[in-house]
Amino acid sequence: MTTGDQGSSLSDVSAGLTRAVPIILGYVPIGLTYGVLAQKAGLSGLNVVLMSLLVYAGSSQLVAAGLFGSGASAPSIVLTTFVVNLRHMLLSAAVAPYLKRWGRGELAAFAYELTDETFALHAASFPSGVPPKGEVFAINAAGQASWLLGTGLGVALGEVIRDVEPLGLDYVLPAMFIALSVMQMEDMKGFAVALFSGTLSVALLLLGAGQWNVILATVIGASTGVLLELWTNNRSS
Amino acid sequence: MDQQQIFLTILGMAAVTYLPRLLPTWLLSSRSLPRWLVTWLRFVPVAVLSAMLFPALLTDGGQLHIARDNLFLLAALPTLAVAWKTRTLFGPVATGVLLVALARRFLPL
Repeated sequence: MTTGDQGSSLSDVSAGLTRAVPIILGYVPIGLTYGVLAQKAGLSGLNVVLMSLLVYAGSSQLVAAGLFGSGASAPSIVLTTFVVNLRHMLLSAAVAPYLKRWGRGELAAFAYELTDETFALHAASFPSGVPPKGEVFAINAAGQASWLLGTGLGVALGEVIRDVEPLGLDYVLPAMFIALSVMQMEDMKGFAVALFSGTLSVALLLLGAGQWNVILATVIGASTGVLLELWTNNRSS
Repeated sequence: MDQQQIFLTILGMAAVTYLPRLLPTWLLSSRSLPRWLVTWLRFVPVAVLSAMLFPALLTDGGQLHIARDNLFLLAALPTLAVAWKTRTLFGPVATGVLLVALARRFLPL
């Protein structure tokens, strides 16, 4: 134990909370939407909150709410969640080299609350020196706390909001997909893969692939991206 | 599904979500992922997001639905524009939701 790691003082925590404000502002309203929609999909209030506590991955929770509502099977819900959240592996691998000195328990706690948004903050600060643990964990905890707060508000409001359509809440998820796609799009190859996977997914759905169209289209689409990458590398070398 | 089955499904979701988050921090502090896997994983987000987005915009009840009264498809354009401009999550989501809500209120679709 090095002395530099000790004393996660109050100022470290408040520095983390300050940096987390933009995340909090995004998570509360989207968590609220998840809470409303998941309850409408037939989950008990307790299960709605437990999912935010145990899974804690925003877009996949909204997707799962939709799947529960449409009567999808448990294996297809779990597998879809796996595919939707697989990107975290890349985020985790990207920050891992900076956290060599952390213990396994600390890494386990850190990884539990690693999301696209907390990753964006960490990835921006880690290269110039990992901040004190108090600050890092304050960011992560603020993220999940605001997600849980939103979820709880959504469960409470679910009783009041009888119909989500006049509020346009059924458009939160498609709009999130659009926003996240744009953030992920790095180059023309990414654009091509997006177009291909999306079209394939629609085709599979129309052909009767049921709930499996997303997984199939994702695996085939990402693999096509690898081939595209190999092909362009060979051409340029 | 009853609530107990839903809870068990949530536990399964939690496991498959946590492992990809955890394992790289435990195993990759000094090594890195194989290159082919990094390339594949880089394409997963755009692939999975559009695999979910396209059916949401283009189909309705398992049928292709490309028409003037497809509100989700119409609202996608301004949503996309705001996403492109701001590169945030909240901006485009608020734009899309607001437009869909307003269109349902005021447009004779």
